[in-house]
Amino acid sequence: MSNKENNSFGRRRFLARAGKAGIAIAGCGIASYLLYDPTGPRPGVEAEDLVTLADFSVPRKQGQTMCIVQGPDRTKTVNKVIELLGGIERFVESGDTVAIKPNVAFATPAMLGATANPELVAEVVRLCYKGGAKKVIVTDNPINDPASCFTLSGVGKAASQAGGKVVLPKTHLFKHTTLTDGRLIKNWPIFYEPFEKADKLIGISPIKHHHRAGASMSMKNWYGLLGGRRNVFHQDINTIIAELAMMVKPTLVILDGTEVMMTNGPTGGSVSDLKRANTMIASTDCVAADSYGCGLLNLKISDLPYLAKAEEAKAGTNNYKSLNPIFATIS
Amino acid sequence: MKIVTVRRVSQVFFFLLFVWFCIVSTVGERFWQLRGWPINWFLQLDPLVAIGTILTTHTLYWPLLWALATVVLTIIFGRFFCGWVCPFGSLHHFVGFLARRKKKVSQKIQLNRYRKAQSIKYFMLVVFLAMAAFPSAAATLQTGLLDPIPLVTRSFNLVLLTIIDRSANLISVTERFYEGAWLIFAVFLTAILLNLVIPRFYCRFLCPLGALFGVIDRFAIWRIGKKPTECVNCRLCERDCEGGCEPAGNIRISECVLCFNCLDGCRHNVIGYQTKPSVAGEIIEPDISRRGFALSLVSGLFALGAVRLSSKLGSNWYHKVIRPPGALPEEEFLRRCIKCGQCMRVCPTNVIQPAGFEGGLENLWTPVLNNRIGSSGCQLNCVACGQVCPTSAIRPITLEEKRGAGEFTEAGPIKMGTAFLDSNRCLPWAMDKPCIVCEENCPVSPKAIFTREYFSTIRDGILTVKGIREQSGGTVGLTVEDNLMPDKFATGDYYCAIENGRRWKITANTQNSIGIFSENISGKTLAEGSRIKVQIRLQRPYIDIEKCIGCGVCEHECPVSGKKAIRVSAVGETRSADRRLLLKG
Repeated sequence: MSNKENNSFGRRRFLARAGKAGIAIAGCGIASYLLYDPTGPRPGVEAEDLVTLADFSVPRKQGQTMCIVQGPDRTKTVNKVIELLGGIERFVESGDTVAIKPNVAFATPAMLGATANPELVAEVVRLCYKGGAKKVIVTDNPINDPASCFTLSGVGKAASQAGGKVVLPKTHLFKHTTLTDGRLIKNWPIFYEPFEKADKLIGISPIKHHHRAGASMSMKNWYGLLGGRRNVFHQDINTIIAELAMMVKPTLVILDGTEVMMTNGPTGGSVSDLKRANTMIASTDCVAADSYGCGLLNLKISDLPYLAKAEEAKAGTNNYKSLNPIFATIS
Repeated sequence: MKIVTVRRVSQVFFFLLFVWFCIVSTVGERFWQLRGWPINWFLQLDPLVAIGTILTTHTLYWPLLWALATVVLTIIFGRFFCGWVCPFGSLHHFVGFLARRKKKVSQKIQLNRYRKAQSIKYFMLVVFLAMAAFPSAAATLQTGLLDPIPLVTRSFNLVLLTIIDRSANLISVTERFYEGAWLIFAVFLTAILLNLVIPRFYCRFLCPLGALFGVIDRFAIWRIGKKPTECVNCRLCERDCEGGCEPAGNIRISECVLCFNCLDGCRHNVIGYQTKPSVAGEIIEPDISRRGFALSLVSGLFALGAVRLSSKLGSNWYHKVIRPPGALPEEEFLRRCIKCGQCMRVCPTNVIQPAGFEGGLENLWTPVLNNRIGSSGCQLNCVACGQVCPTSAIRPITLEEKRGAGEFTEAGPIKMGTAFLDSNRCLPWAMDKPCIVCEENCPVSPKAIFTREYFSTIRDGILTVKGIREQSGGTVGLTVEDNLMPDKFATGDYYCAIENGRRWKITANTQNSIGIFSENISGKTLAEGSRIKVQIRLQRPYIDIEKCIGCGVCEHECPVSGKKAIRVSAVGETRSADRRLLLKG
């Protein structure tokens, strides 16, 4: 009796065990089938999910693509340049998310002029809200420590107080891009996410001497969008700056020549490196803006090969006079 | 409320406070950032830090006066710090509790008995203090290796918090790294896991701070002990004894961490916290023999002597031991640094790193600058490290002092070292490629890196002219016999040179022509069949040693990664006279 029970029990147990074994074997087989890789790894980086920076430009208006206002007070001059270009409403629509890209490359105080002026950034933030913006983002991927750059330059505080949202370049905010017709920007990480959500893009940069590139102005400001080991591009600085102008199609660039860094750029470090030029430039064409700006550094357009390269690539014109810029002066 | 409940509340409170101080050690102005939080408070309460630095420097640095409070309270109440305050102790307490939770009472009593090996910690303390009290100026402070407060501080700040923040990105925008932090973690983990063997293993056998408390609590006014009430010898008082001090018998006062588990465990109200000695007898002094003491003293002295045989403080000093700005001269620095890692934690650029063994055994976990890690070398406008150093191994300097401004103009800026260019790796020096990222980023004004222009004839760069044709806008096209890669020379950096030294910028090139920018060029200057040289304009970096402060931004930014083409070494640092390079004029 007990023997028989044992046997039947044993049989049942055996069947259960065999069933489990079968499922385990089937599981291994299915997993192997699903994961089966007949070729092994191939050399080179596979094309990732590449992104493309949107076109942020607004429709061109004849005679209102560039404006230069003379005056010592940035708040007044920036209001004036924008007013003369058709008012902030031309650039910011109601409900827009505006991304502002100031040059905040270095962890230096505002008075040294190596970074975008905080009051100027704050004023542009305020203007954007006046124009109906829903949200204004202020962001950059600096050279020095990001948090320190925004703190020490004063841009972070000024922008937040004006209602702007400061976005620091956290690693996950970068995505890879490839510039069509580009030679250098190929499968390269750019600071993308803040601009992905934006409807408009405004660049704000000071005018600075730059030993390698000649000058750092609104085109060079887009260097801050590059991630990765971007310093390798210094081997071909003119091409990379021209490609940046091709890649970024801003709504507006504001080139601040109120105080110009004449020497020791782009870091500066002393107020003696600065010269007052009391000039505020705004343009929908960053190549044209820089073509004018280089004059404040006593440079000719031909001294900056990237201007010709950008024009050749149709990123803008280096003959700013052809745009009939508006000139004005305010005290 | 039961006294053990009060103790648990105290432990949780101080542990959370400790964690909070770790979190807020981030430079910034928000409430959860460093804006006056006393982040060094636990280190200041630690009398081993105070006594160690007193022995090495013969002074008590003012913030360490907090330790006096701990000492006074210990003299009155016993080792309250271990059982009530110490965050590392609480961690051991908790893990040890978890590990023995399901064990039988008899096993617990067995685990928590006194062991002869508990005297090891006293010998360790003697070794450390012998090194600190080393005759002449050669003393070194090595207590930080095992002192629980620096140990737990660096373990939390540099390892645990950093790993957790990797996904949260709260304390830092970019991922932070600490070279060799695995060793810090290994020590921490080992200490924690040893609780699975014996509860509070670290506290009982290794902790030099516990040993110090064990020595000074001989005077304790209140002590745990048996009251003259009838005792049934059930030994339940020893079931959860954290110190392993045997309260049932001849209690060892020096081992008692004041956990009060005995008092709580006793069902017959025999155990008390009282001024009278235990009726079962008490052993006040730590269990160390005179021979043991002498042996560890001599071992300590010889151990330091042996370490110093490497001459790491002499001519064989390691050039990568680049100390943060404001660090004292090396000998004095080693007499104060407790390896707590606060400077590494607070450094906004993450450039301050725990040293490994390269700079000598004494150097382990002391702060060194590694410009290959972090967001940008040592930031010019930052003095955070000196402000948080609990022992002033890095002095709390001002920006003016760091930069040599104001009243420090004559002294000049603090130099942490000097940048050296490796011309075998530098792009403009060795590879005919323009670059000068180092010059661009040099934060000193005027820049410590300057350039000299050099026109280098490129490989296969001598071409033969076939013809010249004028083009619009002042450009001239030269057809050449050679085969060129289209647009290769159109970067704005290439020039066309002829024998007499004249040179024009190349604006474009096709397979067999190059365009140059020139207003006055003719067949006279360039005849058919003449040779031209294609040159690349290089700006070659040079270092102005008088201006360089060794901040390492150049090294950090140098695109030649792996081994950088410009590297800082500590030679030329202003803090030590014997490492200076410049003649003072």
